[in-house]
Amino acid sequence: MTETHVDPTWVQLSYLVAAVLFILALKSMSSPRTARTGVLLGAAGALIATVVLFFSGIELMNLALILIVLAIGSLAGLVAARRVKMTAMPQLVALFNGVGGGAAGLIAVVEYLVVGSEDLLFLIFTVATVIIGSVAFSGSVVTYLKLQELMTTRPVVIPLGKWITILVALATVVGAVWMVVDPQQWLLWALLGLGLLFGVLFVLPVGGADVPIVISLLNAMTGLAVAASGYVLGNVLLLIAGTLVGASGTLLTNLMAKAMGRPLTSTLFGAFSGTTAGGGGGGTDRPVRSGSANDVAIMLGFANKVILVPGYGLAVAQAQSTLRELADLLSEKGIEVDYAIHPVAGRMPGHMNVLLAEANVPYEQLKEMDEINPEFSATDVVLVVGANDVVNPAARTDQSAPIYGMPILDVDAAQQIVFLKRSMRPGFAGIENEILFDSKTTLLFGDAKDSLTKVVAALKNV
Amino acid sequence: MDGIALLTIFILSVFVGFEVVSKVSTVLHTPLMSGANAIHGVVVMGAIIVAGESQPGSLELWISLAAVLLGAINLVGGFVVTDRMLEMFKSKKPAAPAKEGGAA
Repeated sequence: MTETHVDPTWVQLSYLVAAVLFILALKSMSSPRTARTGVLLGAAGALIATVVLFFSGIELMNLALILIVLAIGSLAGLVAARRVKMTAMPQLVALFNGVGGGAAGLIAVVEYLVVGSEDLLFLIFTVATVIIGSVAFSGSVVTYLKLQELMTTRPVVIPLGKWITILVALATVVGAVWMVVDPQQWLLWALLGLGLLFGVLFVLPVGGADVPIVISLLNAMTGLAVAASGYVLGNVLLLIAGTLVGASGTLLTNLMAKAMGRPLTSTLFGAFSGTTAGGGGGGTDRPVRSGSANDVAIMLGFANKVILVPGYGLAVAQAQSTLRELADLLSEKGIEVDYAIHPVAGRMPGHMNVLLAEANVPYEQLKEMDEINPEFSATDVVLVVGANDVVNPAARTDQSAPIYGMPILDVDAAQQIVFLKRSMRPGFAGIENEILFDSKTTLLFGDAKDSLTKVVAALKNV
Repeated sequence: MDGIALLTIFILSVFVGFEVVSKVSTVLHTPLMSGANAIHGVVVMGAIIVAGESQPGSLELWISLAAVLLGAINLVGGFVVTDRMLEMFKSKKPAAPAKEGGAA
């Protein structure tokens, strides 16, 4: 804690305003009607706080350097956030979260080096910031690599991984206690390293489909690291903002896990129990029925009710608009069309809604899982475009599957199922889908956009 | 500020944090996470403070400048990407088939 500097009252009041803005921001972002205002409130709070800091009378050396680096960082963040394709947005959020955690960890290290207080609470919070911040950083980097598919999306189970992780965790705890009792500079660096290592070990065994939940958890952790750094620096705003994010992030993680029907513990420790991704064995040479775009167009054209199930593959192929064109065409022919949106369609809860909204699909046509599931049995054709895990019945039946227990869209209840797929490659979670081999299933191989364009063209002649 | 006062603020903030997001709909999970992520970007303030107390040319200065860089990316990028996600909730003009994606 900085004993030398006490913020003047107007500065403290400004920080209070910023804190209130952050609370209002989170509140507003929880409701569709006010969500956009929420972002503005939050940004305003952050802007006020940062500007006030510079004029707060706090003594700042290296001002020019700080401003330059601040500008570079802001620009980098701005460009990255503007340029990213909406499909790649989850991993960018993971990365932003990671760098925040890293920043918190580094701050605590510097504060220790500069101030070097022996105060017990100062040491405890310094150690907490360094460890939590570095775990959030390296963990987020691994989630980024997984989502960006720069590494395998399957759970990575290293031999003895469970024991290595436990060992690293123990070493971290012992090191933390030692650091608090008998502070050593090298020890703080060691804790930083251990934290980084633990973050990697912690995220590696998490299966692809569970990655969003882990991102949310790491987000909450960064919040806590920031809160702890607020204590270290004696800055109340950091404490409040960090705690708000830590608490809301923890609750949000739980809500997400619930939406996926996955108890949090099984998400985080599932891979440790040694269950590797099921399926893969033998399935790939089994016969499937593939059809042409014409066949699919005819099936759709003579249906009374069609449900479209968009998945991540649709987004990758940038085929949202083509899908909407198909839906419009079917509606013109008097066919009832709905979109079935799984809560985690895409890569994260709500991701698909964002992607379809970008393609101007009317909000009312998007049906959530609980609403649409009873309708599948009365549906003639289900068109699954680039989705796999969210319609995989293995989630209901196969206890060894990594997605076991996740609620799915009951597409197998429909009369006919059409899959638009690039290949027979299994989905993000890496499990074979039995529906593909069902006798009422037709597969149309190819890029989702190409296939849809051909189906649309063929449908015009039906 | 003494420890107890900070602890009080901490505990109360935990409750507020829980309360404000307790009624979020599934559709908003991702944007909300992203928004919360942007808010902890105020960590950049901490980075600025430590950079300001580091001796010029010292190791501490370089570490804290790295923290300033990372924090600024978190803060600015976080808010901008959240805003992009939430564009779907803006009031849409009816039947404007012109594509708006891409450039942004």
